[in-house]
Amino acid sequence: MNKTLNRRDFIKIMNVTTTGVVIVASGITLTTFASVSEIPVTNKKRWGLLIDTNKLTETDIDGMVNACQQEQGWGAEIRSTASQKPGWIKKLKVKDKTTNKVSNLALMCQHCEEPPCVDVCPTNASMKREDGIVLVDKHLCIGCRYCMMACPYDARSFVHETLKNQKEHMPRGKGTVEACTMCVHRVDKGETPACVESVNSEAVIFGNLYDESSQINQTLRIVQSSQIRADLNLNTGVRYSGI
Amino acid sequence: MSNIRFEQIEGKSLGFYTLITGLGILILAALVSVYYVEHHGHFVTGMNNRIVWGMPHVFALFLIVAASGALNVASISSVFNKKLYKPLSRLSGLVALSLLAGGLMVLVLDLGRIDRLIVAMTEYNFKSIFAWNIILYNGFFVVVAIYLWMMFERRMNKFSHKVGLVAFSWRLILTTGTGSIFGFLVARQAYDAVIMAPMFIIMSFSFGLASFILILMASYKWTNRPLGNIIVNRLRNLLGVFVAAVMYFVAVYHLGNSYLAENTGIENFILFDGGIYTKLFWYGQIILGGIVPMILIYHPITREDRSMLGLSSVLIIIGGFVQLYVIIIGGQAYPMELFPGKDVLGDYGDIAQYFVSLPEIFLGIGGIALAIIIVTFLVKFLAFLPESLEDDLADSYHKR
Repeated sequence: MNKTLNRRDFIKIMNVTTTGVVIVASGITLTTFASVSEIPVTNKKRWGLLIDTNKLTETDIDGMVNACQQEQGWGAEIRSTASQKPGWIKKLKVKDKTTNKVSNLALMCQHCEEPPCVDVCPTNASMKREDGIVLVDKHLCIGCRYCMMACPYDARSFVHETLKNQKEHMPRGKGTVEACTMCVHRVDKGETPACVESVNSEAVIFGNLYDESSQINQTLRIVQSSQIRADLNLNTGVRYSGI
Repeated sequence: MSNIRFEQIEGKSLGFYTLITGLGILILAALVSVYYVEHHGHFVTGMNNRIVWGMPHVFALFLIVAASGALNVASISSVFNKKLYKPLSRLSGLVALSLLAGGLMVLVLDLGRIDRLIVAMTEYNFKSIFAWNIILYNGFFVVVAIYLWMMFERRMNKFSHKVGLVAFSWRLILTTGTGSIFGFLVARQAYDAVIMAPMFIIMSFSFGLASFILILMASYKWTNRPLGNIIVNRLRNLLGVFVAAVMYFVAVYHLGNSYLAENTGIENFILFDGGIYTKLFWYGQIILGGIVPMILIYHPITREDRSMLGLSSVLIIIGGFVQLYVIIIGGQAYPMELFPGKDVLGDYGDIAQYFVSLPEIFLGIGGIALAIIIVTFLVKFLAFLPESLEDDLADSYHKR
């Protein structure tokens, strides 16, 4: 039964083997690349921000807005009016009615523990990850804007026009709703959100609110901080001190 | 058991075809507007990130609210056993279905992603009032269709009381759902009030009956069928009570809100210094849509005049639109109270601007046109209208 390997058989075997190796190897490579985001997201962590309005300068806030625009690719809309343009992060000036003290602050999605946007979304497009980051699933959003009506922080924007030159990690779509993602694509890689990185001082701290050894947790224990519209009991992930 | 003779309208006159053509053009204009907005994006509308819901939602909610109210005439007949209304039951069911279809058309066609409507039908978040409303609206079509079948099919007539009860309960829940779209929005000072739900129910009674009366009078006039005073007077009195009830709820809502310090800002805005919204509230909603119709309905000089009833109904409908405009647009225009005890400086703390665009208006009018065209077609093909509603006939039902 000994059969000598002729040329045709040799080529056939080589082809099959090569194809097999290519398939398996590419699979392994893909898995390796994807492994960064395959770390399970658990509720053992709760990502949050602490913004100190006493330290935060107007220039800092402008820098945060710019960094967010650069990172996520919004702000270059040409046809929308000022109130139609997206604003994932806004610069606000607030004056105390009694003391006239003026504070500057950056306002974005507050990543509530009990997000009203998630409650009202008819299609589950608005959702909260286990680690507290509130996101919009762009494939499920039907553009009804009920979440925008429900958000107490005016944090969400509706895309009013066709978009060009989008970022690969942040697909956006005309007719859907979007908001701050707390730079989830960076956070999942162990980095900090772009806005936080843009501020040189410690005016904005990012971290795991539950981790007692984290800077944000420790600072929150010492300084007096507040949540915007704390009366609504939404337990926001973004905290402010100095207002 | 019944000797009411229902008959289709002939539907061959020039007037009929003119009406159908006119309505068809309006629907076409709406569809062109929708294509225009969807193609370019919502930047071509007046809506923005602060006035999130605009004119389409005013039209859509008016039609949806009026739809549930239009069913009341049938409910009074089969649930509360008032025989006088029995000949009007079929038309009442038809008007209810048509108005709802028109309202849903507007609501759906304003979505950012109309193509994903299937997502709304397959992905449900049961905590969302919207998701509940999708079920309630679709269910309303089914329930009212069955109800109409019970009324049309002689063998099924005996069930019409029970099905009518289901339909009546369904419509109350439906309007509660519509009112709760706003009532449960804790974030906004203008909306966060449970009274929204019952207020929407009573608004539906009034807007629905006004729409029904107009359709009834128009169809009898245009087909030269007799419509006696007994029925018209009864509907007139009912309408007057509903208008008064709406005004009562509006008063309680604003008084209640004004009492809370956190809401004085929005209340002052709507009632006193809100510019266009204050004018619309007082002149449009209260005077034109409430006080004037009440006078026309109850004043001895105008009481007997049928055209004055028509005018009252038109005014109530206009007032209803204005009321929803003030609630929806005015409620969003006033900035949210983000920092109690502080003023937000700059543009963001100002009143949000809204300039309605033509495509939005065309879409809204298209919804009304769809509702009317459905009624017009169906009264031609099915026997919805009694051939006569003369006084002696109506009287005999009344006495039985």
